Amino acid sequence: MAERPEDLNLPNAVITRIIKEALPDGVNISKEARSAISRAASVFVLYATSCANNFAMKGKRKTLNAGDVLSAMEEMEFQRFMVPLKESLEAYRREQKGKKEARKDKDKKADSEEQDKREEDNDDDDERMEEEEPNDEEEVDN
Amino acid sequence: AEMAARLSENRLVSLPLSRIRVIMKSSPEVSSINQDALFLTAKATELFVQYLASYSYKHGRGKEKNALTYSDLSHTAEECETFQFLADILPKKILASKYLKMLEKEKRDGEVREEDEEEEEEDEDAVG
Repeated sequence: MAERPEDLNLPNAVITRIIKEALPDGVNISKEARSAISRAASVFVLYATSCANNFAMKGKRKTLNAGDVLSAMEEMEFQRFMVPLKESLEAYRREQKGKKEARKDKDKKADSEEQDKREEDNDDDDERMEEEEPNDEEEVDN
Repeated sequence: AEMAARLSENRLVSLPLSRIRVIMKSSPEVSSINQDALFLTAKATELFVQYLASYSYKHGRGKEKNALTYSDLSHTAEECETFQFLADILPKKILASKYLKMLEKEKRDGEVREEDEEEEEEDEDAVG
């Protein structure tokens, strides 16, 4: 498509680290081997995506979902990935949920702080005769 | 860089989701990808890299010199059914002289079997 060739590659440093994690300590990995594994990984993504997409289409869906990817792994004969993938997915979902709640709490906190500030200012204003309109959040109080 | 590496160790996946997404979207039939599917694909790719590397090392000859070599990978693609989809991008390497001899032989065989000769398809697009 419109991607540059290098965009379809995965970062060398990360690939190298993943390879090293899988091999005994001190094993050398030739540049050629690293490069080949990187290309293989990109091909894997394409193959997995295509396979997952078939499952989505069978389900008459336009969006690839987690189930489609898991089905693809089975189809591609990578059953050995199923357990670690499902465990990671659970952890990922918990993490995402945690982040979402942290954001909600942060927003709530910001709102209540704004509220407190407004209430303080209104107390000061009680002494004045005129009625004041409630302040907009955006307005800066003097 | 080291700090980033240490931070990555605590993350669930090291491969960047944005890059994985670019590769996935390069497939014309794909419309959209939900976040969980993106994460799973990235994670599966990591598992795949580990599997390919460890399998190739275990079954290859590179370990005689404490190394993982291209030849180990190419051997895996050829011998192991699970990795056969990689055969086209991990071809066996041969010496140029051997290749030329192969071509000559094929030519000679072709001349003898002219009638029976099947036309070989040109396989340009290995992977879409």
